[in-house]
Amino acid sequence: MNGYGGSILRVNLTKGEVTKEPTPADVARDFIGGRGFGIYFLFKEVPKGADPLGPKNKLIISSGPISGMLVPGGGKCDWTTKAPLTGGYASASMGGHFTAEMRYAGLDSIILEGISPKPVYLFIDDNKIELRDASDLWGKGTFAVEKQFKEKLGEEFQVAVIGPGGENLVPYACINHDYGRQAGRGGVGAVMGSKKVKAIVVHGAKSIPVADKDAYRKAGMALYKACKDAEGFKDWTRYGTTIVVSWCDEVGALPTRNFSAGSFEGGKNIYGPVMREKIVITDKACFGCPSPCGKYSRNKKYNSFVEGPEYETIGMMGSNLGIDDIEAVAQANLLCDELGVDSISTGNVIGWAMECYEKGIFTKADTDGLDLKFGNVEATFALIEKIARREGFGALLAEGVKRAAQKVGKGSEKFAIHVKGMEQSAYATHNATAMLLAYMTCDVGAHHNRAWAITYDLQVGRDKVVPEKVARVIWLQNFRPMFDVLGGCRLQWVELGIDRDLYVPALEAITGIHRTWEDLDKVGERIWNLTRLYWARENEGFGRAWDMPSPRFYEEAPTSGATKGQITKLEDVNKLLDMYYEQRGWTSDGLPKPETIEALGLKAVIG
Amino acid sequence: MRLYVDSTKCSGCNACRVACSLNLFGETNPKKAALVIEPQFPAPGIYNVKVCTQCGDCAAVCPTEAIKQDAQGAYYVVYEECIMCGACEPVCPEGVMFVRPNLVENTAWKCNLCGDCVAVCGTGALWIAEKEAATA
Ligand code: SF4
Ligand code: SF4
Repeated sequence: MNGYGGSILRVNLTKGEVTKEPTPADVARDFIGGRGFGIYFLFKEVPKGADPLGPKNKLIISSGPISGMLVPGGGKCDWTTKAPLTGGYASASMGGHFTAEMRYAGLDSIILEGISPKPVYLFIDDNKIELRDASDLWGKGTFAVEKQFKEKLGEEFQVAVIGPGGENLVPYACINHDYGRQAGRGGVGAVMGSKKVKAIVVHGAKSIPVADKDAYRKAGMALYKACKDAEGFKDWTRYGTTIVVSWCDEVGALPTRNFSAGSFEGGKNIYGPVMREKIVITDKACFGCPSPCGKYSRNKKYNSFVEGPEYETIGMMGSNLGIDDIEAVAQANLLCDELGVDSISTGNVIGWAMECYEKGIFTKADTDGLDLKFGNVEATFALIEKIARREGFGALLAEGVKRAAQKVGKGSEKFAIHVKGMEQSAYATHNATAMLLAYMTCDVGAHHNRAWAITYDLQVGRDKVVPEKVARVIWLQNFRPMFDVLGGCRLQWVELGIDRDLYVPALEAITGIHRTWEDLDKVGERIWNLTRLYWARENEGFGRAWDMPSPRFYEEAPTSGATKGQITKLEDVNKLLDMYYEQRGWTSDGLPKPETIEALGLKAVIG
Repeated sequence: MRLYVDSTKCSGCNACRVACSLNLFGETNPKKAALVIEPQFPAPGIYNVKVCTQCGDCAAVCPTEAIKQDAQGAYYVVYEECIMCGACEPVCPEGVMFVRPNLVENTAWKCNLCGDCVAVCGTGALWIAEKEAATA
């Protein structure tokens, strides 16, 4: 099939069997790849009510038709599963070189099923595919394991590996790859750990067939040229995502001390240029990316090397914990990667714990003697380790912020910053209603990347609650995740502002199917609705209440910074949801109406 | 003319290798490229890039004279004339002459200075310029 590796690899861990089947053409037509394949297989194959960490859940790893191609940023891999963190849908996007290598091995998706009786790793070298014993790797950190594989098998093998966090089933454990790229959110690492799969190593030397070679080359070259010619190319490439730290600080979007404010008095010490100057040594790209956001750092203070930190980690491990030392943030980043826990959720949970401590809800008797004041670097390092190993006080935090707050009570639920049980990522949303709505309605919980709407808030008036804003969020939610469907990166469009129509001829030449962005946005909408239906199927009583944000954003105005005294009214939160549901064709409780399901061609899928 | 590289600028994206395989074989398959990227991670955290210097050592040892030089000074393989004897690969000082029957059955391959890698490289790590007078 043009534009595809051609096969889906099924790995039955319970039986220790691997089988290949052809990639179904109709699924490729309707769901294209990546995240589209993920939700399709999840919905169809994982039975209702499956325990996320049990044998019935599956981990679905998918590339897309631009992965590994002559298209900028074709290095994104989608990891879909039922989330141990939320009990709903999880889809984590991982950059690097794994997705391209999968395709060169002829694989569009790898589906991990069942549970292995003992630790294993999945070995893929083109047609040679085996489950191999990983008992000696169990317990090791991600970097050590990746290094071991690269030394043994060669640099062209790509490695995805879990750390102790995944082994210990921390519900926000991640999967690490390429010494610093992650499938981060929702607990995909815990699912891999529950299946006793320590790592997947892949190498392939097949060519990917395309429909029209000349048109493909031409369209690909035009895309690269557009990236390199883009106005923002130089600055973006120099700083990557850290370019926004200062901006967020200025506009009050930089999460500070557990999201109690949006500006940080120590912010200047963690801005992008400071980091570039102090620690960055190499720009590190995902496959095929001409504008690498990855900044590889040498951290002299801690005598270590780490990829990053990028914006999210700076926000969550820096300002959100009151830490104004970029080298300390980089080291926290390294610990999270090495131990295999998501730095966003980890920073969020620790921020909550610090606030509990400062409010007297926790004392040293609870925290294993740690002085959990905001800004305490050593306590942060210690907690990351305790969380990944579920040791002492870490065991509570390893539950995730929602469950930890439910256990602790004493009003701490009010400042547990999450939606649907997923810890909010690094945008403070006291007065940014589009961004707030984006978090509330995001399909995995409080994650930013589906609709990064905060610049739009500033453009049209941040407290404005108008239908256009809602429409913008919906458009972004349909469109941006399409890059995860195509198996590529959105940042060339987001940050370099290249014309998205340039992808159209490339995709057509690769797959032989003509699709305009209008068609693609429709696919995005279909997928969005299917994920919503998945949430509803898996959670009794699912609806509006699940879309509510943390009360912090409608009850407590920050007392300092750019958003001092500013807040979103509860009434506006509800108005946002009303408008959102209406525009989506959902009921007032937030469920897709039968006619919406019908119009999107989802009836047959949901059965 | 020849291809130059500044490895310190390389981000390891491999776009050059995709473009290269497309130029040499009309295929999307970086394993069939004429550039080598060696990632050195986690330490020292750099990419080592190997490119053809157009020194001509490969052409000098080819028994069938399948490696020819074009007007801009680039040595290229005439695929039909290659007998896969493997003489050229070990003499390449940069390790960018390839005789890999498991990947390409009927011919050796090398850089033919098409420039496509330079066109896609975003970091400025690659460029084409006159060969320096004194090449070691
Ligand atoms: S912009 Fe960053 S995330 Fe996107 S492809 Fe480039 S290196 Fe990867
Ligand atoms: S295109 Fe440039 S940055 Fe990318 S791997 Fe090749 S030389 Fe390095």
